[in-house]
Amino acid sequence: MPSDLIHKFMRIDHLPHIWCAGCGNGIIMRDVAVALQELIDDPDCRVSREKTVIVSGIGCSSRAAGYMDFNSIHTTHGRAIAFATGIKFARPDLEVIVLTGDGDCSAIGGNHLIHAARRNIGLTVIAFNNDIYGMTGGQYSPTTPTGDVATTAPYGNIDRPFDIAQLAAGAGASFTARGSAYHARETIELIKQGILHRGFSLVDVYSACPTYYGRKNHKGGAVEMLTWQRDNMVPASRYYAMSEEKRRDKILVGILTHNDFPEYTQQYAQLLERAREGK
Amino acid sequence: MERKRVLMQGNEACVEGAIAAGMRFYAGYPITPSTEIAELCALRLPQVGGRFIQMEDELASMAAVLGASATGVKAMTATSGPGFSLKQENIGYGCMAEIPCVIVDVQRSGPSTGLPTSPSQGDYMQARWGTHGDHPVIALSPSSVLETYKLIVRAFNLSEKYRTPVIFLMDEIVGHMREGVELPDPNDLIINKRHISYHDGANKQCYYVPEGKYVPAMKPFGQGERYNITGLAHDVSGFPTNDPAVAEALYTRLMEKIDRNLDDIIRTEQVFMDDADTAVVCFGGTARAAMSAVLQAREAGMKVGMFRPITVWPFPEKQLRERLPGLKRILTVEHNYGQMVLEVRRVAEGKVPVDFLGRLDGTVISPDDILGALRRTEV
Amino acid sequence: MRYEMRFSGSGGQGVILASVIVAEAAVAEGMNAVQSQAYGPEARGGLCRAETVLSREQIWYTKVSRPDFLLALTQDSLDRYARTLAEGAVVIADAGLTLPAGADPSRTLLLPILATARDKVGRIMTANIVAVGAINRALGLVSDEALREGVRRHIPSGTEEMNWKALAAGAELVSDEDAARLRRTAD
Repeated sequence: MPSDLIHKFMRIDHLPHIWCAGCGNGIIMRDVAVALQELIDDPDCRVSREKTVIVSGIGCSSRAAGYMDFNSIHTTHGRAIAFATGIKFARPDLEVIVLTGDGDCSAIGGNHLIHAARRNIGLTVIAFNNDIYGMTGGQYSPTTPTGDVATTAPYGNIDRPFDIAQLAAGAGASFTARGSAYHARETIELIKQGILHRGFSLVDVYSACPTYYGRKNHKGGAVEMLTWQRDNMVPASRYYAMSEEKRRDKILVGILTHNDFPEYTQQYAQLLERAREGK
Repeated sequence: MERKRVLMQGNEACVEGAIAAGMRFYAGYPITPSTEIAELCALRLPQVGGRFIQMEDELASMAAVLGASATGVKAMTATSGPGFSLKQENIGYGCMAEIPCVIVDVQRSGPSTGLPTSPSQGDYMQARWGTHGDHPVIALSPSSVLETYKLIVRAFNLSEKYRTPVIFLMDEIVGHMREGVELPDPNDLIINKRHISYHDGANKQCYYVPEGKYVPAMKPFGQGERYNITGLAHDVSGFPTNDPAVAEALYTRLMEKIDRNLDDIIRTEQVFMDDADTAVVCFGGTARAAMSAVLQAREAGMKVGMFRPITVWPFPEKQLRERLPGLKRILTVEHNYGQMVLEVRRVAEGKVPVDFLGRLDGTVISPDDILGALRRTEV
Repeated sequence: MRYEMRFSGSGGQGVILASVIVAEAAVAEGMNAVQSQAYGPEARGGLCRAETVLSREQIWYTKVSRPDFLLALTQDSLDRYARTLAEGAVVIADAGLTLPAGADPSRTLLLPILATARDKVGRIMTANIVAVGAINRALGLVSDEALREGVRRHIPSGTEEMNWKALAAGAELVSDEDAARLRRTAD
């Protein structure tokens, strides 16, 4: 029986989803739905369902937009953030949430990611980061660790990987955070904070692709991959209580950067005022 | 109100006409010879409460325009050859998802960087076949500054009426020249508004089309009804499908919404064609030299007329075919190595010989060039 | 009658703006005008050319093929464009330039345009406005009011006085006799 959440926020006619058994994407999509539900149900929060638009690109993760019962637009490969920029800039009152993958947002769409971050336009980007191109059958992506194998790296990947959250932060994103499929509760909170943040926000969420990545790299199936996240990724509350030495080989689940740079559409509203006054 | 004559550049008329048509969103990337369009939009749109954004690249510009249009605003971008190539994938998305918008292409020589500042009409076929897959295209091409103003209004109207990207195919000749024009009173212009609902209440599926119609209404994002847009083949509810019957119905409707309305979409200018035995066929800025040559040929006693597609896609097949019985020859003149002439030959079907005069060296075809070609083909 | 004008010099001298101002003034006077220019890398410093076609009738072909008038502010531009002049064409060139074969000395004025802008107006960048003042005085294309309107539309506000001074200084370079001799007869 579908839960209330699924009844209320998913297009149940279009379920079950296309993701493989054990894929982390379903968990992350649920995290997004729970985050939205909690914000929409909060009477003091500006977020409403009718004014929320979900934008996605192409890839496994990007199918999430179609399953979620909001205004949704499933765009071209790599361009989700650029479409979303058009939507947000045309209608700043809309909450625009981008669901994208590691290939979609950091390879073919990398330019849009860094420039949206630089502009600090009020989008919330959720990167479903599974270290691989899943939809096309397991080619290495910009986040595939060096040395791992993929169908296009049969002798091992010699590329150095991107850290998507650091990439966005380096480009000026005013809110960046990292979550994981395992750390659902923390990730839901990070997504909520990302949506509430006025400027550009990015939450890099580690997903898991047992089918094309885990299995081929001796990292096991879904259980082993989520167990790895549990053991190697640490929520902020515990992370900062750890000694520096212990932290060294752990990955933070939490906020990486958070500041209040002026938001792009608000800046434009001021520009409109100046133009109206003829200045 | 007395309308004042002013000197105006083609690219400027494009912006003023678009604003008169209700364009309030522009996303673009600088590229010669279209840059003045971006610069003027940056200046003018804030004055009318509109929005201008310079995107990080050509692909993003096209994407932002489609995103903006989905929220209900009339949106435009402008580019030139190399940028037009980069925009193609998202233009195809606009055709598939049926998102109205106008793409201005001020053509320049190619391939590649080519002759960036020289006149060319090398994107005629790219306008039609630049994207992958099959879909119809509406493309309009002006030959004067005043026509640029009026025709871009029509481009927006057709875009909204048929829910499709419309390509506004300018060239360097028209884009960069300045002419004295007396603009029409904006209040006299016919402006199509977006059809946002059929109001029959019965069917809220976003791509629902009533019997006998071809174009679904388009509710803007953020105004109540939630729906899905995708570039995948989709059913009337907007969701992806692999069902051959549903996919075929979609593709057929996309073709028919244009093919069944050709008389509404196609416009031509035909000068001295009633008694002409020779037709000069040309479009856009090339028509300026052609018209001059036709007038001189007439003075010399030659029965020459000009046939100018204003709607360059779909090609005005019926209109040209009607002229074939009176013609002994056709001279197609283009600033390329022969693109529209392929359409002209297809329509002429060997019944009328079709000659071609083209040029791609960066200089403008002159009336003397055309007169020379007319004399050479004289029997 | 179609009247073809070519404005030439080196990039940065403002010859394009000069051609625009003449076209603007002609339109204000009710004439038809088409203005265009050759763009290119040379527009950033090398040879630069702009064209204006005037007519009382509809102008179809937009380019200049055999100019009835040539402005040349550099030797390069004078040498190159003096070759294609129409019969009886008027040439205004900067003083000190050497008239090439093909230009008719009796239809040519060598005027100190650059020196006037630099020394009398005080700003070398007003050379194009000085030229426009001289051209209109020599050819009698448009009224002084229309010319000023054409200039006013294309200059930053606050620079009007300097530009009126440049227009007047340009007109003063052309004597009454020269103006009477060169003035266009047909329009």
